[in-house]
Amino acid sequence: MSFEPLKQVTSKTLVLPATNIDTDQIMPAKFLSMTTKAGLGEHVFANLRYHADGTKTDHDLNSPEGQASQILVAGHNFGCGSSREHAPWGLTDYGFRVVISSEIADIFRNNSLKNGLLPVIIEKRAHDWLLDNPGADVTVDLDKCEVHLPRNGGTYGFEIDAFSRHCLMEGVDEMGYLQNQSDAITAFEASR
Amino acid sequence: MTSRNSKTLFDKVWNRHVVVAETETNPATLYIDLHLIHEVTSPQAFTELKTRGLKVRRPDRTLATIDHSTPTRINADGSRPYVTPQAETQVETLLANTEAHGIETHGWDSDNRGIVHVMGPELGATQPGMTIVCGDSHTSTHGAFGAIAFGIGTTQVGHVLANQCLLMPKPKTMAINVNGELPSGVTPKDVILHIIAEIGIGGGTGYALEYRGNVFEQMSMQGRMTVCNMSIEAGARCGMVGPDQTTFDYIEGRKFAPENFEAACEDWLSLCTDDGAKFDKEVDIHAEDIKPMVTYGTHTGMGISIDSLIPAAQSDADQAALDYMQMTSGEKIAGTKVDKVFIGSCTNSRLEDLRAAASIFKNNKVADGVTTIIVPGSVITKYQAEEEGLDKIFIDAGAEWREAGCSMCLGMNGDIGAPGDLVVSTSNRNFMGRQGPGVRTVLASPETAAATAITGVITDPRKMGAAA
Repeated sequence: MSFEPLKQVTSKTLVLPATNIDTDQIMPAKFLSMTTKAGLGEHVFANLRYHADGTKTDHDLNSPEGQASQILVAGHNFGCGSSREHAPWGLTDYGFRVVISSEIADIFRNNSLKNGLLPVIIEKRAHDWLLDNPGADVTVDLDKCEVHLPRNGGTYGFEIDAFSRHCLMEGVDEMGYLQNQSDAITAFEASR
Repeated sequence: MTSRNSKTLFDKVWNRHVVVAETETNPATLYIDLHLIHEVTSPQAFTELKTRGLKVRRPDRTLATIDHSTPTRINADGSRPYVTPQAETQVETLLANTEAHGIETHGWDSDNRGIVHVMGPELGATQPGMTIVCGDSHTSTHGAFGAIAFGIGTTQVGHVLANQCLLMPKPKTMAINVNGELPSGVTPKDVILHIIAEIGIGGGTGYALEYRGNVFEQMSMQGRMTVCNMSIEAGARCGMVGPDQTTFDYIEGRKFAPENFEAACEDWLSLCTDDGAKFDKEVDIHAEDIKPMVTYGTHTGMGISIDSLIPAAQSDADQAALDYMQMTSGEKIAGTKVDKVFIGSCTNSRLEDLRAAASIFKNNKVADGVTTIIVPGSVITKYQAEEEGLDKIFIDAGAEWREAGCSMCLGMNGDIGAPGDLVVSTSNRNFMGRQGPGVRTVLASPETAAATAITGVITDPRKMGAAA
């Protein structure tokens, strides 16, 4: 479950301003019956991107600019609801490396970190600016934990725990880390 | 005991499971006592183990069932009508993976098969003081027993399969205190919908909740499970109730109940939150203020009492939700015409829920044009309901009595509504399109759902003579 290391991302943003976008909207349940992860990018936000007959809508997510974007800006409380990891799998397969919102739900945030998708929770002023400026050229710097907005939009810090930051920047996953704790786990089991 | 040494239930259970302590740079390594798995969120984790050449560390601490993709009907020839070949493959993959790794699995031939959050408690596998995880956000249900129980993603399912541990930063704690006397006809579902409406859909994000106060002390285990189940709908990954005699009476005699039961109960009692323990946040709610609740919008925080008017939109998002729901501010929500009624899901599919619904269906008929489906949470629940004759009451009323599973809660198995349908549902999420594209979902208690099925419009069950 390895991914490309993520240190800095510069991209035009794609903005979905709705609040409380749940993981059912990100990846509808009918796409959860796969037993692999392949191709989920085609189904991400399916209800926004496709008509009932399967033809594409004119949503930004279907435009060449959207397809090229690596930074998704979303309304408050993004990723709430179901724990389906198919949501971040779909977003990364589509091409996103960063999701920015003023609040991101716990399980989604946690799942994103494990798939090379950086969840950035940013203060309201910067969030408002991003919502008002779709397609802006934004740089997210994980080394400095900063988001740089263009056109004098300013620079804003964000928080991420040291361990998750390390894993994202080095492209390491947690399985190996846990495997290395095998002796401690065995000792714990013996002590109970 | 001084308050400095006083600890919460959450802290005590957490501390018992720390394998490697949290540091400034690394999260805690937390031991997991029970790992529940199902067909939807496990296949990619088993693939990961295979790729890395890893084994399941503790198959004896892992329990599996099939619930999300399983059909709730049986064909005349005994075959099962899967919604797609892929759904059948997913179920077969779970059964093959668990057999290969020696994991106890409640598949088609087990009476314990059912919704994973119904199965665990029914087996007595869910116990106080445990850490319990599952690749499903409604794992919070098991917190009703005084366990730390939370949903995880598939990557973490792989971590637990291989290591029986998770890397976790410790969440903050929040007490939800509900004291006083619940008015007649108010159910546990109404209590939790009221709580979510109070604190908001993101109000619990970053917190572990503990439900405290005499209302929860007096509540049955099934009621506590309904409440804890929906903790995630306020953004909290876990919600707990302190274990007590009600908890012990539920567990005693079940398959996985501890052999030395009295000693176990004594230990479990010691886990309860100490007097003077400090929570990071506390919310106080008066039981007298709670009424039967329904949702009117497209997230779980948009709940109102059934006798109130649909609120005015406070934002564009609210208005979009009202437009989707075809609801108008200022109008009564009671009396809204419905197309379907669903009674089931890990929130409300236990025997008590079915009894509550049956008490209202008895000697009544489902309204013309309203499809009503009732889906028990497990095979055992189905048999118990049938022993009591509840199935006959449902069928006589004109409702469909189905096989156990998640069914229409998320519609993965093909049990969905038609575009535009208004569905009154005892499940846990009213998100846009969750029960089918364009379907409008109103969440409610089994009592409200049953009363609504009979009248064909959203109906206050207290007006049907039901008193909980």
